[in-house]
Amino acid sequence: MSSLQHFFAMGGYAGYVWPAYAVFFAVLIADNVAPRLRRRRILRELRGRLARQAARVRRPPSSSVTP
Amino acid sequence: MSTWIPLWLHKLGSPPTFYRFAGAVRPWAMGLALLFGVIGLYGGLVLAPPDYQQGDAYRIIFIHVPSAWMSMFIYAAMGVAAFVALVWRMKLAEVVAMESAPIGAAFTFVTLVTGSLWGKPMWGTWWTWDARLTSELVLLFLYLGVIGLYHAFEDRRQGARAASFLAIIGVINVPIVHYSVTWWNTLHQGSTVDIFGHSKMPWDMLWPLLLMTLATKAYYAASLCHRARTDLLALEGGKDWVRQIAEAEAGR
Amino acid sequence: MPVLYAVIVAVLFPFALGPDLALLQRIAGGVVLVTVLLAILLALDAMFASDIEDGSLEQLVLAPQPLALMLGMKVLAHWLTTALPLIVIAPLLAGMLHLPTAAMPALLLALLLATPLLSLLGAVLVALTAGTRRSGMLLALMLLPLCVPVVIFAAGAVAAAQQGLPWLAPIAWLAAALILTVVLAPLACATALRIALDS
Repeated sequence: MSSLQHFFAMGGYAGYVWPAYAVFFAVLIADNVAPRLRRRRILRELRGRLARQAARVRRPPSSSVTP
Repeated sequence: MSTWIPLWLHKLGSPPTFYRFAGAVRPWAMGLALLFGVIGLYGGLVLAPPDYQQGDAYRIIFIHVPSAWMSMFIYAAMGVAAFVALVWRMKLAEVVAMESAPIGAAFTFVTLVTGSLWGKPMWGTWWTWDARLTSELVLLFLYLGVIGLYHAFEDRRQGARAASFLAIIGVINVPIVHYSVTWWNTLHQGSTVDIFGHSKMPWDMLWPLLLMTLATKAYYAASLCHRARTDLLALEGGKDWVRQIAEAEAGR
Repeated sequence: MPVLYAVIVAVLFPFALGPDLALLQRIAGGVVLVTVLLAILLALDAMFASDIEDGSLEQLVLAPQPLALMLGMKVLAHWLTTALPLIVIAPLLAGMLHLPTAAMPALLLALLLATPLLSLLGAVLVALTAGTRRSGMLLALMLLPLCVPVVIFAAGAVAAAQQGLPWLAPIAWLAAALILTVVLAPLACATALRIALDS
């Protein structure tokens, strides 16, 4: 469609307008994703820590000190 | 404890309460951001006519100006939260201040890049040392300094207090920098560029801009809720309420 | 040694840009200013480093005397040992870069006002990072926004003097900023130190 092409051409300035919008969305998406990844990592590490604590309770550590 | 603080505000200071509150607010804020954003961008990219001077290149304004306003708004919000964090030692104020910094830095970065992409077709150069761009660059350094200082400490609460102090110094510094850069430009006879030749923006261009302003504000609220919730999980890792959440999400 | 560093940097500029007199003259004031600033930045870390290591900084914080006053004295001592030698050799550096002698008094006055400003502001930032695993990069990053106005006004005064224009106004601004900073920076430094050392 000619009007869609016209829209994407942005009067000849497409090389400036669309990268600008791309940066805008890329940065905001990154800002959205980063806390998600961090949250998953935090909870994963926490579960690991809790599992290790529970295991320690079940198996009391034997003395490893050699006289 | 101050008696003028209403109970609901006082309760919000408790991490699990805030966690739930932010969790409820976030989808609404994000929804508003998307709604306003889609309508605003449609208005700006499709409905608004081309500018008689700048053609279609001016359409960068719909992301550049809201980002610029957000970069400054968030800095002020960060300053207020930092002040509360330092004076009242509120854990939640520390979280809000520190988690606002990356969002503010992101908007500042977007402002600089989109400004550069707008400047090239309009002024013929990728960068110019005019007062606004230069102040924005310094603002980016301020944000990076706060983020960097926060992460330089092993004790995160201590880091938050130090970075909050730096943020407050920065808030005082921003008008000083802006004034001195403006003066510096007049001294060196820099070209003062008017973004728009006419002083008033036609309504067709103005309403998408205002909508985008609201959209970015709503996005900030949503992102802040998201980041604050994550940060609270990290800070309160030993507590029961966090443990419950960790176990509930074990399936993922 | 900050002085040696400043000499090296200033000498490198003609090698980098060529010996063209007119060009060097134009940049001389700015180059000397930035060089002095960078030398001070390098030396800033040392302000509290040895005191942190042997624990005397914490003693200072606990002492009954007002902390702000004592920190102010520390900054003064640091300025005397670091910045004053730089100001002494500044005419030499400016001369090597062909700064016209008419601009020399402006340069010296600007340095005399700008360097204590930088020392005081830098002290607050160094105090904030006391006890962290510090990187020079972070300090420079934090200092840049604070020293932009200082550099602008100091260099502006020198540039104005070079062009034969009145240069007292930016000097006056620097002086006013210095007076304000002399009063406020030691207090801010004390607060910063308390935040950084407290846990």
